Amino acid sequence: MNNKKDITVAVTGLNAIDSPGPGIAVIRGLKESNFFNIRIVGLAYEILEPGIYMDELVDKVYQIPVPSSGFDLMLERLKYIQEKENIDVLIPNFDAELMTFIKLKPILNKMGIKMLIPTKEQFEERLKGDLNDFGVKHHIKVPTSETVFTINELEDSLEDFDFPVVIKGKFYDAYVATNIEQAKSYFYKISAKWGTPIIIQQFINGNEFNITALGDGKGNMLGAVPMRKTFLTDKGKAWAGISIDDPKLIKMANDVVSKTKWSGGMEIELMKEEKTNDLYLIEINPRFPAWIYLANGCGQNHPEMLVKFLMGEKVDPIKEYAIGKMFIRYSYDLICDLDKYEKMSIHGEV
Amino acid sequence: MKLKKNIAISESGFIFNPEIGTSFTTNSLGVAILKQLKEKTSLEKIKDSIIKNYDIDQVTCEKDLDDFLRIVNQYNLLEEQS
Repeated sequence: MNNKKDITVAVTGLNAIDSPGPGIAVIRGLKESNFFNIRIVGLAYEILEPGIYMDELVDKVYQIPVPSSGFDLMLERLKYIQEKENIDVLIPNFDAELMTFIKLKPILNKMGIKMLIPTKEQFEERLKGDLNDFGVKHHIKVPTSETVFTINELEDSLEDFDFPVVIKGKFYDAYVATNIEQAKSYFYKISAKWGTPIIIQQFINGNEFNITALGDGKGNMLGAVPMRKTFLTDKGKAWAGISIDDPKLIKMANDVVSKTKWSGGMEIELMKEEKTNDLYLIEINPRFPAWIYLANGCGQNHPEMLVKFLMGEKVDPIKEYAIGKMFIRYSYDLICDLDKYEKMSIHGEV
Repeated sequence: MKLKKNIAISESGFIFNPEIGTSFTTNSLGVAILKQLKEKTSLEKIKDSIIKNYDIDQVTCEKDLDDFLRIVNQYNLLEEQS
């Protein structure tokens, strides 16, 4: 017996693959809550998302329609799930689904499902293509960038930049190009995969740092942990990282959270220029990062804090965190019976 | 010349820079030098202690110490000099 309160939290992003979604890391934090007994309802898009088969972490799983299938279909599915599960909190973990959940927020709220997610304005103003305006508006240093839709526009825009430049997709992928031919080839490569627009960004020579932070939507930062990636996959994703001690990074996170009045989890990507030590904001991901469990290891359980906040409990901001804590990912083969796969395939729930 | 104050020096020779998350290894003499730098000991005194405790002549000691400090500086472990 314990005095923890029983609640149900739905989580997306169960794709714990080589470029993982944050869902499983979020669930690990929730399961370690000292305050709640949390029943986890996993929401999966694909029936081979590994989290579906992690029985010790996920109590029940439902397949949900992909965001591109529309608002109505998603709402219908969530109504069905809510009737069965009585979900208290939902934590979306994908960039691509966030706009659907932002639109659904008032309806889900009436259904008893609470979410701490950015507003439409917050979500849109930090888009990669709008980073210049974001920097000007909030007085935050960002690298110069231009958005282009065609190869001709790319060639014209490159005249405003010195090489190397970074060629980025709207949501995913980024390559450093050292000449115009390389820039063009990356344009084709990214646009073939993710479509346009493509973003050309000033290259900052220095070290990259990442911060995971949690905002309460009123301008207060509830917690933040900075990290440096120490091992990258071939997709440039962190396979290992270490928490670091740099007050400048925490100040930057605080500036971003307070100036945007950020609501929910976020990952801030920064470059520290080698020559000047100046910090440049490169990207804001509007959700917890896949490495969010490192924050938990450092003494800040952001997923639990988010749930506490939404459940109306007092959440005191945490400033301390352990420095020099490392995370290292690993791959692991789950052995599963076919019936679970069958249930997901036929019934869309298990 | 001064070592950044937050640099962690382990007796095992493991050096950790918490500001940027980098780590290095050195031997027991390296540990001794870094510890003295952290305590703001002058280079002259560090050099004297090495010559006293090790079988090394002054010229070689100065050269080796200079090389070591250049590496320490490259690893961003020293306070910026104003």
